[in-house]
Amino acid sequence: MKRELLRVSELETTFFTDDGPVQAVDGVSFSLYEGEILGVVGESGCGKSVTSLSIMGLIPSPPGKITGGEIVYKDQDLTTFSQKEFRKIRGKDIAMIFQEPMTSLNPLFTIGSQLTEAISIHNKEWSKKQIRARAIEMMKLVGLPRAEELFKDYPHQLSGGMRQRVMIAMALVCDPAILIADEPTTALDVTIQAQILALMKDLNRRLNTAVMMITHDLGVVAETCERVVVMYGGKIVEEGLVDEIFKNPQHPYTKGLIQSIPDMRYKKQRLYAIPGNVPKPGSVTQGCRFAERCEFAFERCRLEEPMLYVVSPEHKSRCFLTEEVVADERAVIES
Amino acid sequence: MNEPLLKVEGLKKYFPVQAGVITHTVGHVKAVDDVSFEVYEGETLGIVGESGCGKSTTGRMLMRLLEPTEGNITFSGHKISELSNKELRAVRRDIQMVFQDPYASLNPRHTIGKILEEPLIVHGIGNAKERKERVMSLLNIVGLSDFHAKRYPHQFSGGQRQRVGIARALMTNPKLVIADEPVSALDVSVQAQVLNLMQDLQREFKLTYIFIAHDLGVVRHISNRVGVMYLGHIVELADSESLYEEPLHPYTQALLSAVPIPDPDFKREAELIKGDIPSPSNPPSGCTFHTRCPHKMAVCSQQVPVFNEIKPGHSVACHLYDEAHRNDIKQSN
Repeated sequence: MKRELLRVSELETTFFTDDGPVQAVDGVSFSLYEGEILGVVGESGCGKSVTSLSIMGLIPSPPGKITGGEIVYKDQDLTTFSQKEFRKIRGKDIAMIFQEPMTSLNPLFTIGSQLTEAISIHNKEWSKKQIRARAIEMMKLVGLPRAEELFKDYPHQLSGGMRQRVMIAMALVCDPAILIADEPTTALDVTIQAQILALMKDLNRRLNTAVMMITHDLGVVAETCERVVVMYGGKIVEEGLVDEIFKNPQHPYTKGLIQSIPDMRYKKQRLYAIPGNVPKPGSVTQGCRFAERCEFAFERCRLEEPMLYVVSPEHKSRCFLTEEVVADERAVIES
Repeated sequence: MNEPLLKVEGLKKYFPVQAGVITHTVGHVKAVDDVSFEVYEGETLGIVGESGCGKSTTGRMLMRLLEPTEGNITFSGHKISELSNKELRAVRRDIQMVFQDPYASLNPRHTIGKILEEPLIVHGIGNAKERKERVMSLLNIVGLSDFHAKRYPHQFSGGQRQRVGIARALMTNPKLVIADEPVSALDVSVQAQVLNLMQDLQREFKLTYIFIAHDLGVVRHISNRVGVMYLGHIVELADSESLYEEPLHPYTQALLSAVPIPDPDFKREAELIKGDIPSPSNPPSGCTFHTRCPHKMAVCSQQVPVFNEIKPGHSVACHLYDEAHRNDIKQSN
């Protein structure tokens, strides 16, 4: 069994808006293991980004607040951390890259000064020369050409793909144990996306950095991740190994999501479409979050909230139908 | 074969690049550079490409929302590229557009009813009562209800707003609908709904679509024929079956092999292409793809490849398929 690096349990993150509290993350629990790539997949408003920001201590407060649960990293609960304490682990232990590399790079500073900033903050005793050498080494590692010249360039002089490489270099410069990537390739063209995904997989293998890959694209999940967590309406609805989730999805939402993607390899006559719209965060509070759009929903789904039922040791699904399937199988085994 | 509904010949759009205190033109961004294609009645022509390839500029020129620098556009007998504004207005009744961001393209101060009625008023169709009936009937056709007519755009979800965008395009009963990234802003589950709706409407109203998108899966799903654009050129155009099963141009091959496939068992065969998309203000000489092409030959950086029909219905612009070079390759083997 791999070592557990990070454990999120019963996390609740709430935004206190003028229209009342909105619970964006509602009792989310999962673990991240050493060296793995974990996919967190879901549509807009499912709480996947808020979960990652909660881990990083980046929830804007007010209006946001972690209202329950724990995030345990190295036997410490991150939810109790002050911003000062967070600053010590951000970048050094847990680093993050974002969707739009242009808005997360400072346009007024050179690539070099932004790269060296993180190194000098966490390694105060290093000399300038050491810091520069480390930055250049990282730039080469992420496949940036002409590293010495780029060191003096400004973000606007770089293409989107190169900016994302710079972001990855910045995130990995202090050799973090965990990298959280929030839609790292969504803003990129498909040929560049393929390059960045290949780079991230390669770095994961070489540096053994655990990656939490947040995405809406099941193609990205299938291609890069070993395990995946599917989120809907602020909750985890299904969790398991990527192979299992794609071949034997249990939750009707996961099934619908997989069926509704137009696959480039062959032509489907008609796409399966999940009826209705993606709910606004916090709009459904009773019963199963997906009941309103689910074609298998029955009365119990609207009244009572299903728990995460264990399908197999690595596979869980939050659906009453899974409960029945599991119970049937158990009955067969017992008889 | 019957006459095409829309015929585009040698279409170009050069945007001037200006500089200096007394502004003068120092160069051109060749957004669209010599593009030709035909669209037949009842079909869907998909146009795919990465950012900056000129696919949206092409779409806008077809409606003359942008003035072409050069080239001819013929739509069922009318030379769109030569019409006066007044004549153009009459033709636009038959060509409508659906945009990417349904929020940015719906006036937030108008109710949905007013937004939908406007094209009818502009084109002087029907009286007030008839217009209202048409609004209600189209709302129902795209899967919304009568009461939605009184609501404002901000009260709708993304998918519903795109339904409104589609309803507005269909108000004047057009023949051709140009859809520019109509589903790329939507969530996967809602995207499937909108794609299905567009296919149903096409069947019901015998519409012709030009479907511009960057998502290769979506384009295959909806298109009969597909054109692939790269830096202002169409590099390959074929039946969607033939294009996806047997891509000829190295760029199409690279593009198809770069798409993440939602299947963990899928193993990628082709190698990824390296490098970034060059800037359209300073495109590479010869074939614009030669800087990233794995099959680059000497001729590629010198000569622009001709867009030729290699197989029936399958055209490609690549020196690999020139007669002369084919012989060269044979000899060298």
